[in-house]
Order: sequence, then structure tokens, then C-alpha cells
Amino acid sequence: MGKQLMIKPEKCIGCRTCELVCSFGHDQAFNPRNANVTVMAYEEAAINIPVMCLQCEDPCCLEVCPVGAISRNEIGAVVMDHAKCIGCKMCMNACPLGNISFNKEKKQVHKCDLCGGEPKCAKFCPTGAITFEDPDEGMDRKRAVADRFKDVFGEEAKA
Amino acid sequence: MMNGYMGTIIRVDLSKGTIKKEPLNMEAAKDFVGARGLGTKYFCDEVDPKIDPLGPDNNLIFMTGPLTGTAAACSGRFEVVAKAPLTGTIGAANSGGHFGPELKYAGYDGIIFEGVSDHPVYLYINDDEVELRDASGLWGKTVYETTDELNRICGQSFRVSCIGPTGENLCLYAGVMNDKHRAAGRGGLGAVMGSKKLKAVVVKGTKSIYVARPEKFMEAIENARTTLKAHPVTGTGLAAYGTEILVNIINESGGLPLRNGRDGAVYEKADNISGETLTEKYLIRNKGCFGCCIGCGRVVDIPSGPFKSRGEGPEYEAGWSFGADCGIDDLEAVCKANFLCNEYGFDPITLGATIACAMELFEEGYLTEEDTGGIPVRFGDAATMVKLAEMTGKNEGFGKQLAMGSYRLAEKYGHPELSMSVKKQEMPAYDGRALQGIGLEYATSNRGGCHVRGYMTSPEVLGLPVKMDPLVTEGKASMLKTFQDLTALIDSTGVCLFTSFALGLPEFAAQYREAVGSDESDAEILLKGERVWNLEKKFNIAAGVEKDTLPPRLLREQLPDGPAQGKVNELHTMLQEYYQLRGWDTEGIPTPEKDRELGL
Repeated sequence: MGKQLMIKPEKCIGCRTCELVCSFGHDQAFNPRNANVTVMAYEEAAINIPVMCLQCEDPCCLEVCPVGAISRNEIGAVVMDHAKCIGCKMCMNACPLGNISFNKEKKQVHKCDLCGGEPKCAKFCPTGAITFEDPDEGMDRKRAVADRFKDVFGEEAKA
Repeated sequence: MMNGYMGTIIRVDLSKGTIKKEPLNMEAAKDFVGARGLGTKYFCDEVDPKIDPLGPDNNLIFMTGPLTGTAAACSGRFEVVAKAPLTGTIGAANSGGHFGPELKYAGYDGIIFEGVSDHPVYLYINDDEVELRDASGLWGKTVYETTDELNRICGQSFRVSCIGPTGENLCLYAGVMNDKHRAAGRGGLGAVMGSKKLKAVVVKGTKSIYVARPEKFMEAIENARTTLKAHPVTGTGLAAYGTEILVNIINESGGLPLRNGRDGAVYEKADNISGETLTEKYLIRNKGCFGCCIGCGRVVDIPSGPFKSRGEGPEYEAGWSFGADCGIDDLEAVCKANFLCNEYGFDPITLGATIACAMELFEEGYLTEEDTGGIPVRFGDAATMVKLAEMTGKNEGFGKQLAMGSYRLAEKYGHPELSMSVKKQEMPAYDGRALQGIGLEYATSNRGGCHVRGYMTSPEVLGLPVKMDPLVTEGKASMLKTFQDLTALIDSTGVCLFTSFALGLPEFAAQYREAVGSDESDAEILLKGERVWNLEKKFNIAAGVEKDTLPPRLLREQLPDGPAQGKVNELHTMLQEYYQLRGWDTEGIPTPEKDRELGL
């Protein structure tokens, strides 16, 4: 499979650069409320969590769209055809994750389209809290677990 | 508008309870950029410099810059401007967080508050809807309580700027706090807000910010962000250890003022209060302001003991003021005192330095237990330091005297020379005897003792952008002038000053140009910074602020040990050169030729 957006909330500093570059990439305007990614901040727990569409394999938005305006493209992004969209907002209601929003200025629904293959949120994230990678190669967490087994049970060759 | 600005200012007359929206003065915006510069321009055009800072004639201005809220590197900044009650100078204090950008998303570049309300109020801004609301139920509440309560009343997505009890009680170094832990901290602008009975401003916005040349703007910001990421200070050091990374560095340079500067500037226990120790023992997570790519903010937890608490910070300056300056190496106490400053809404530099001054007054016998309400106030006593911080926050007992700042306290007890302040504002965590240029910076700063008006530590200790010997005076006046002008420009655009560790004028000028659609040269853009600096200076002269000098300790008492042993600050050898480079006369007054050059 292709590359996938991955989030690591423990690295997020809550700067919302992702929101800025996302909105600018799509609208040439800075407006976090029109971004396809939102950073949710939990002050008491001291953690920030970027939330965006991760491109469902079985997308409710695509299923529910009455005019066939939503489809999956060649890079695996579930995208909207605004020429076909009638603005009924059924997709917003159908998405179980809340990852479809409505742009009040353009009067359009919008969602993550992976920026055509180079998602700006991942490109500009200063800490690596959002990455765009092949999940088959994204083994760092598994590797970290394995490393601990190695440290405990490994038998390094004696010099 | 398609130039980084929103084009509208909110004007609130608190005496009459009226709200007007007016078009942004674009001519002034072109000359003074935004935030610090534009706020000061609006202020100076409308306010008599002689007014009482805590009276009804002082204006309080919140102003953003053209880069605030854009993807420019570290674009979360805005400025609060008023005549400062601590110093009587122009007071301009810069803050980060998320409040400034949100104000722009609501459609406004700034807010001007005039007059005084007869009851506590807060300003509610929800896009086009702007109204004054009763804040009687919030009066007396801390910054955290006020923020939580306003988020409960107005909604979680509102951003809150407010004062704590210190602002209400007119503590002369109360700050204007936003997003709970961010502060327009210095000079006492929170007391100005308190004098107006203005408890808070809440804002939520859904509008867009447009820039003049989108593609070129993105190129400029990508270049700036890449440079910041690759730089050892902004890309690695500040993220790993916060500004507290400076404790050991400055101590090794012999410039960490110890016990009110009385015992020199080398602290043998410095590492106990360092960024390395903070990170190792108490750091939970880094936190960035809006648009940040550095992440110097610290979320810190003291899990147990007498100072058990959680909060943000401390910065290096607070680490020093509550630490070395008070002769204290208990980092848990330092953190606790810093959190109290956020909670009660006042400036940790002035508070810590005022407590340190009280400690010296007490040890010298000028201040007695009779004066302090039975509390022995001695260097090294961490529990007393935290207790005094809390008493000042709550305006109780001896805390009421500490709320005046060190100068008025020391003067009251007959020894103003023991206040480590310039123009009545406490100097921060760099000793002007060990760092000659920082001494010149303190003496000439337009808001009194301050490190963020031309950060000479950068060349003198960090070697950025070039290494200068901290012990010599040559070249310092010239470097300082450039730093002061550039800092004024950076503060006025709406980005974080910390970006200047890695970025220079070309990067700032490029971001500004593409945002506003200007074709001005780098030099023409830097001139705007110089214009801001001279406007501030002219206000101070008209306000009758005292001349540029340093406390006698820095000019006469030699450092006893360390790399700068035997040094005093040689201000007299730098000051006239500085005035000359500025195009000012020998008294430090801008000449008519300079005024004409800058269009003032």
C-alpha cells in the first residue's frame, strides 16, 4: 500500500502549524477553522492530539454521498469533486470521526486530500508529530519494543 | 485585505461603555509595521506623555502584526501597549500563545481601550459581535480561574487574555496574561488593565488572513523554517532544555548575578537550577506557541513535597530571579514561585529581583522584622521566597510593599542604590559588569532594565551572529543599535524574537515583503525598526523619564571572581558613541535631522 499519515501525539507541541499550512495549501488563506487537520489540546493532561482524515478503507462519506461526488484517487486519498457536490453535508454527518468540515467562506465541505501526495501538515510539522510514511516501513514503535527485549535478553559478542 | 492586515481596529471607551470599529490607519501601518510599532504609534498620537499611568487618560492597546496568525515562523505574537506604571516610560510588552492570531481571525488588527469603567467588565469578541459584559463575578479570581470560567461561559474555543488579582490590586509589575501561561509581562500593564476595571478580553474568530504574494510568501517561510530547524540554538538547544539552558552558559561566562549582584556573578550551585536539571527531573513536555517551530515552552511537574505543583516555565530569567538572585538553588521552589506568577498574573523577573533586594536590605539591617511582619527575609531561604511570592500575589502583609517593585521599596527604606533596576525596572539575568554590551543595553532600553530590547548576550556569549568579547566595550554601541532596531522590527511584524538566533534581517524582511506586498529594500525595512525605537525614545523624553544610566553597583563595585573578575561596566566609554551612532545629541535626545530622516 501507499504512504499513510501517521500521528505521534506525544511529540506534538500544539503549535498548529499543520492547521496553517493546510488551510493555506487549499485556500491560499490562513484560517485554522478551514483546515482539514485540527490539533486538540488537553491542558490538564499536557498533551495535544492532531486529528485528521486517515483515509478509511471503507469510507462512509463516499458511501453516503447522493451524487457520487466522493471517490478514491490514485494515491489512496478519498477526495471530493466540487463540481458534482451539491453541498448537502451528508458526508459530514456520516463520517464517524468528524473529519469532514464546512468552509463558511467558500460554502463548501472539505476534507484531507493528502495535498496530492505531499501532505503539508507532515512536511511542516516541526517535531515529527505528523509524518507521511509507508506503514510497512513505519516500524519504529515495534522496533522500540524489540530493542528492549534485545537489551534484556541479547547476548552481545564479548570483545 | 490582501496584505497580512485585517483592516479594522476596535475602539472601546470604557467610561462611556461604547464600542466603535474603525478602519486601520494603513499609512501608520506602512511606517510602523504593526504590533509594538503600530501600537506605540497609535498610543503616542492620542495620549499625553505626562499622564498618570493608572489614571483614566492612559490608553491600553492590544495590537497584532501583519505576520501574526500566518504560517510565518513563530507567528503567535502580539503587543500590549500603554504608559507603564513601573517605569513611567512607554510600556510595550510582547506575548505569544494563541490569543493574538485569534484576534486576527475575528477580523481585527487591534483593540484600543480608553477611559475607565465604573464596574468590572470584560470584552467579548465573536467575529463581528463585540460587546462589553459584566465581570463582577470574575473580579478577584486568579488567571487560571478566570480563564476556565470564561471558557465555560463563552465556549471552549474562545481565547482569553486577562489579569489576575495583582492587576486588580495595581501591583506595579502585574502582567496581561493570555492562554493562562503567556504574559505581556513587564512594566505593569496588567495594573493599567486593572485600573480600567477591565478583567479580560475573550475572542473567537473564523475569518481568514490573506497575504499579498502567496507563493513567494510560502517560499520565504519555508526558507525561514528550514533555517530555524537546522540551527543548534533554535533547532536543538531551546527544544531540549528551554531558555533555562542559559543558566550554566551564563554562569560560566561569569555573568549570572548572585544575591542581588552583591556577591558577584558566579554561582557555585548554578547547575541545580539549570535547564539540564529541569529537563532531567521535572519536564513533562515541550509546548509551542501558535505557529512555533522551536518549542521552548516547558510543561513542568513537581510531583511531591512542599512545592508540589504543575505549571509552565520557568524561563531562564525566572530561574535566575528566584534562584541565583535570591541565593537559592532549590529548583522546586523556583518552579513553584514561577507558577504563582502565572496564576496571580505578575512578572517573575521583577518579583524575584524585588525579593532579592528585600533580602539584601534585611541582611544589611535597613529592613527589620518589624517591617516584614515578623518574617526574616534572608538570602537562600527558599520557603520564605515562595511565601513572599504568594503574599505579593494575594496583596497581603509585607507583600503589599513588595508589590511596589525594588526601586520604590529600597527608596522607602533609604537605600535606592540597592535596587538593581534601570528606570525603576529590574534588570534581568545577565550581569552588566561581565557583559559590557548588555550593560549598555539596560541603560538605553526604552522600557527600563530589560534583555529583549537588543539581546547583546547573543554576540557576547553565544557568538551569534558573530562572537564578541564580552569584557570589551569596542564595537558594542554599533552592534547594540543594529540589535535594537532589528528587535523593534521583529516585534512589530508579529513573530517571536527567538527566531533571530537563527534568522537575520534578510529572512525577516522577505517574510514581511511578501506578506504586505512591499518592494522595499532590507535597509528600508530595517529603518522602520529604527523609527519605532526613536518614537519610543521621544515619548520617554516628553514623559520626563530619567537619564540613561545603571545602578551604582554595576558602575563601581568590581566583580570579585570569575572570568570577569575586577570588572565594572564601562558605560561612559560606550554611551556617547551610542548616541552619536543614533544621531542623537550628547544628552541622548534625537536631533531634528534624525527626526526628519525618520519622518517623525
